[in-house]
Amino acid sequence: MAAPEPEAPTPARSRAKDHSPWNWLLFIPIVVPLIPALFNADSPRLFGFPRFYWLQLAWIILGVATTTLVYQMTKKRGDR
Amino acid sequence: MWRDHLTEIIVFTFLFLLVSAMGFVAARWRAPRDMAHLDEWGLGGRNFGGWITWFLVGGDLYTAYTFVAVPALVFGAGAMGFFAVPYTIVIYPMVFLVLCRLWSVSHRHGYVTPADFVRNRFDSPVLALLVAITGIVATMPYIALQLVGIESVLKTMGVTGDNALARHLPIIIAFAILAAYTYQSGLRAPALIAFVKDSLIYIVILVAIIYLPYKLGGWGDIFNAADAKFKASPAPGDGILLNANNQLQYVTLAFGSALALFLYPHSITGVLASRNRDVIKRNMSALPAYSLLLGLIALLGYMAIAAGVKPLPGAKAGSVDSNTVVPLLFDQQFPSWFAGVAYAAIGIGALVPAAIMSIAAANLFTRNIYKEYLKRDASPAQEAQVSKVTSLLVKVGALAFIIFLDPQFSIDLQLIGGVIILQTLPAVALGLYTRWFHRGALIAGWVAGMGMGMWMLYQIANPATGKKHFAGSAFPLSEFGFDTKKTIYVGIVAVLVNLVVAALGTLVLRAAKVTGGVDHTTSDDYFADEGDPRVTPGTDRDADSAREPVA
Repeated sequence: MAAPEPEAPTPARSRAKDHSPWNWLLFIPIVVPLIPALFNADSPRLFGFPRFYWLQLAWIILGVATTTLVYQMTKKRGDR
Repeated sequence: MWRDHLTEIIVFTFLFLLVSAMGFVAARWRAPRDMAHLDEWGLGGRNFGGWITWFLVGGDLYTAYTFVAVPALVFGAGAMGFFAVPYTIVIYPMVFLVLCRLWSVSHRHGYVTPADFVRNRFDSPVLALLVAITGIVATMPYIALQLVGIESVLKTMGVTGDNALARHLPIIIAFAILAAYTYQSGLRAPALIAFVKDSLIYIVILVAIIYLPYKLGGWGDIFNAADAKFKASPAPGDGILLNANNQLQYVTLAFGSALALFLYPHSITGVLASRNRDVIKRNMSALPAYSLLLGLIALLGYMAIAAGVKPLPGAKAGSVDSNTVVPLLFDQQFPSWFAGVAYAAIGIGALVPAAIMSIAAANLFTRNIYKEYLKRDASPAQEAQVSKVTSLLVKVGALAFIIFLDPQFSIDLQLIGGVIILQTLPAVALGLYTRWFHRGALIAGWVAGMGMGMWMLYQIANPATGKKHFAGSAFPLSEFGFDTKKTIYVGIVAVLVNLVVAALGTLVLRAAKVTGGVDHTTSDDYFADEGDPRVTPGTDRDADSAREPVA
């Protein structure tokens, strides 16, 4: 497999095609769920759930909202 | 006694046979022109849309073992077991863009495995071989663990025997059926079955989280019962909240596990089978629905505490099999027919990932060992055939793990698996963004990371069970000479060592002017999408997997 290319290979550098300022938002749902100081407590309880549990489950909504927003804002419109 | 569980066994068997039939029919679902091609058998035609991908990848990542082991961990240790929730939240934004690049470059060049990519990116069959072997070794015990998931259910239904053969006969039959339809239908089988599996799981969990708290006095009482249990126990690390010493472990375990998840070959197989980049991005937004499910399932561990469940005895005298707490909870609280449905959900839940994992491992063997070292001119039909046979052997191997060895051995190996698969991160994940690393340095980094990881895992003891080595992934920082009781996840440290060695090695090899080989990919490859020229499956499908882009 993989015959060598006839031409000199171009160095693979990521171009600006995938780049969008919206992508920076993705750091929020990566960093926030990893800060125990935010959620490692019992009070306030919500429907009997200590904060540790309901707040971490709420991060799921944070993750979904952020990725959906980034997807919608970076979606290619029309033809390419 | 199994007679007490007759209704459960009948419901379980009926649903199990139903999905088996679906597995065989799957070969004709979205029928391919020619099944004798790895793109068809091993990647389902590379053409799955949003819904199928969602069920497939969801069914693949959230395995039966997860559904049994995570609540078992919460039952035993409390808050620490909840790491699965942040783990499966941070994963998706993290790989949102990375997987799109992998998809694009793989579709343009016909890559089937991550090792295919590494081989062409870094021009190094040796590095590709390391990635492939790492993938296979990490996946094997994971398949075996799916059997542990099924066994916990069978055990609860009283389907056990006096000798090893009688005890294991049901899972041997189950795996024989699984092997047969995977052989015939390839990735289409788990994709079709995943619909049934996930629907069952969603129903069971919805019922469980509404009905069980009602029976057990409400969520407040459930958490209070758990709190009371952990306060009474002498173990220092448990509790319904984290303590000062295990927060670092919690965070690094969640983050490290997330880094590892999409390096597993079976996760990548699911992603590469999707139709285009949009399908991947939409799925990264929609897959957290499973994380919600997992979080609720984790809390079944507390419900088991509140319901006073006592786990069944384990393989060794005096030990308990904490994996049986969830099946026991269902048995105790649900009417038998619904407990049967719940057991079927777990049992079928084991089949989907087991099938995908065996396909992924077989693809690695075929592409990166067989085709690379044994038969360079293998035709696509031969590749597909080798992969099919290998998938059978992989399942036999996984069965042997469970039948002949203590299941604890598989659990230990899977723990190691997470650490070793992380060592492919620089070559596979960072390789998608940069070719800065030198191939020789990546190999050196892999060796260093592996060595570090193994040494650290070897040092970890658990006084409670009397295990001196490989007793967990929480490494005490005091071993490094720090004056603290804090622990950290082994994988994170190992992959950091790997990265440092790879970076330093790259600088040294560059300075010594050692050739770094030729990059067979171009920057444009990483943005290719469905409909672009030379993106598989294209119209001109001559199946030359390594077709090079024309400059």
